Amino acid sequence: MHDTKIKPSDEVERHTLTVLVDNEAGVLARVVGLFSGRGYNIESLTVAEVDPISRTSRITIVTSGTPAVIEQIENQLRRLVPTHKVTNWSSQKAGIEREMALIKVSGSGDKRVEALRMADAFRARPVDTTHASFVFEITGAPAKIDSFIDLMRPLGLVEVSRTGVAAISRGPEAM
Amino acid sequence: MAAMRQGAETPLYLWCNYQHWIFEETVMDKDDTLTLGATAAAETLTGAQMVIRALKDQGVTHLFGYPGGAVLPIYDALFKANDITHVLVRHEQGAVHAAEGYARSTGKPGVVLVTSGPGATNAVTGLTDALMDSIPLVVLTGQVPTHLIGTDAFQECDTVGITRPCTKHNWLVKNVNDLSRVLHEAFDIATTGRPGPVVVDIPKDVQFQTGDYHGPQAIHHRTYRPKTDPDQAAIVKAVEMMAAAKRPIIYSGGGIINSGPEASKLLRELVDLTGFPITSTLMGLGAFPASRPEWMGLVGMHGTWEANHAMHDCDLMICLGARFDDRVTGKVSSFSPGSKKIHLDIDASQINKIVRVDLGIVADATKALREIIRVWKAQQHKAQAEGLKAWWKQIDTWRQKKSLSYRNSDRLIKPQYAIDRLYALTRDKGEVYITTEVGQHQMWAAQRFHFEEPNRWMTSGGLGTMGYGLPAAVGVQMAHPDALVIDIAGEASVQMTMQEMSTAMQYDLPIKIFILNNEYMGMVRQWQEILHGGRYSHSYSEALPDFVKMAEAFGCVGLRAERPDELDGKIKEMLSVRKPVLFDCRVDPTENCYPMIPSGAAHNEMLLSPDDGGEISDAGKMLV
Repeated sequence: MHDTKIKPSDEVERHTLTVLVDNEAGVLARVVGLFSGRGYNIESLTVAEVDPISRTSRITIVTSGTPAVIEQIENQLRRLVPTHKVTNWSSQKAGIEREMALIKVSGSGDKRVEALRMADAFRARPVDTTHASFVFEITGAPAKIDSFIDLMRPLGLVEVSRTGVAAISRGPEAM
Repeated sequence: MAAMRQGAETPLYLWCNYQHWIFEETVMDKDDTLTLGATAAAETLTGAQMVIRALKDQGVTHLFGYPGGAVLPIYDALFKANDITHVLVRHEQGAVHAAEGYARSTGKPGVVLVTSGPGATNAVTGLTDALMDSIPLVVLTGQVPTHLIGTDAFQECDTVGITRPCTKHNWLVKNVNDLSRVLHEAFDIATTGRPGPVVVDIPKDVQFQTGDYHGPQAIHHRTYRPKTDPDQAAIVKAVEMMAAAKRPIIYSGGGIINSGPEASKLLRELVDLTGFPITSTLMGLGAFPASRPEWMGLVGMHGTWEANHAMHDCDLMICLGARFDDRVTGKVSSFSPGSKKIHLDIDASQINKIVRVDLGIVADATKALREIIRVWKAQQHKAQAEGLKAWWKQIDTWRQKKSLSYRNSDRLIKPQYAIDRLYALTRDKGEVYITTEVGQHQMWAAQRFHFEEPNRWMTSGGLGTMGYGLPAAVGVQMAHPDALVIDIAGEASVQMTMQEMSTAMQYDLPIKIFILNNEYMGMVRQWQEILHGGRYSHSYSEALPDFVKMAEAFGCVGLRAERPDELDGKIKEMLSVRKPVLFDCRVDPTENCYPMIPSGAAHNEMLLSPDDGGEISDAGKMLV
């Protein structure tokens, strides 16, 4: 029976969805086209093949919308022919969400020392170092990366590259 | 197991591609005699031969198409195929609409063959139309050779990119050994679950290459599993809700027609059992006989007073294969505010999309109706007799409004009168199939031309494609050579695909194009009158062709009626001709289509005539 317990609400919520798809030509365009065509948001998008033998790809999308819109997004994704499975981590299952970012900071003197100290506190590690700059690699929940970027801003933030969220379930089972 | 053998002969990357379904097939096939049935040996054919062979294996007898450079090998293979009738259209849009008409009137998929580039882009309107109305189509497009893809070659376009949002699924086949599998999958996906159009794009070099052909038995799709069996708990709940309802209404749609004739039979049985009143969307007309007393007529923007008021005031709405389209709901926040709602749909994404419902059933309509009837009988339910009696009394009061009435004239042909006469004079003609264009004439036809059977009414509902009806009539007449096929048209719409009269002549198709000629884009004019202060901006056609002479130029028969007293005679003349006819019925140019729910209004705020005025809110003016 269809779940009709969700109360209609106009509040916009952020949800992380994982879509397991056949890695066939154009599959990413189908998913992205669905979002743009129906006016849904994409806050971040991560995609890679996860099983080269059965050729399945895993697409993780962070999106936002009212509960009714999120329900539509899930249903529309399930309707795509190459879709194996859709999971909404934010409402159905406990999932772990992680993101990686590369952050370039340039500066000298106290600011440079402070940037390195902050990076240490956030367990970000320098992967490129020059006399005038660092590139830090940081992994964590998106909110942690947001805070680190905010802290780097006054210390000479030059550029940010983020991967978008990857998500997986806790416990022994697959999604 | 043929797949296994094929795996051994296929490059590794392809084998990987298949592996998943090979394993599933292996598990399914417990018998160790691995050479039977689905496992028949592959045949070696060219890509072009495979296309024709796959069509035959899928039982295709008619193909609507237009040749061009990138499909010449397929046309060459078709040259030797005697058991497939190819219908040469005059424009690819016509091919797709003809295939839609064929599909809707037969329940079989419509098949189209067009070339690359402009052939494919011209098909896009028809594809979108079929997607919106859930019509099963398999559209084959030629493509430039694989080594030229991406080079802006002559007549190249990104067909799969362009058609991705207007198909249920599409494929570009780059390897000839994939071709037969994709073709059979294409038929499977187009016709199962919620039907829809699919595109298979075939590069010219693939059409020339030779490879392994496999028959349709071997399909086992990796992911595609449409849900058609209803959830039992939901069925039981639905039956309980129906048995408790005092003011029920059945609101049925195109899903009943798409599910097959059995669903229409079961719908009638359900009404017999319950005595519930029933209305239908534009797409669902004919699933329930219009002559029966439970029938309340069309619902929605131009629906009847009784159907819309009953939708608004009911305590239980049973939506069967419809999708709460904006033409049906009007203002969603005021839509049937006091009712519980059951929604049966084969597509889970339709449930709670527009209107939140109390019970969703995701299933094929035939299966779900069969179960509802079985459970209703098994549990010996009775409808609420007292409540239903009072409800019918209320419905009869609404019926007294006679919302489809109009003021007739002895000077001008009223369009309503023309449809009434056409209906009356064709009642004894046996099988009658009606197609329409889009606009006022379409709504008048939906209101006044009554249907007793499914698959007799072909109209562009979701997309509202002007120019649909004439080519659709070509497709219907190809499928039913001895039936009476009439396109109820407007003079503006019909000019969009007029060239298909030439197709009708070529294949000796006696279609009747009954044009309600009011010289305006009538529905545009009506909205300009009601919403834009009577400023008729570019909705009048100042230079219309002489349709009678035009008919003669095509080699068809042209007829014209200008006065009410000559109408019957001219209609009879039209019906007696075994040739395509263009009938120029000159009607009152200023007549509006009522009833009308103005944009942004609720079901109980209908306009019945120009005297009702009708204040349209600013929010309403923003709507289409």
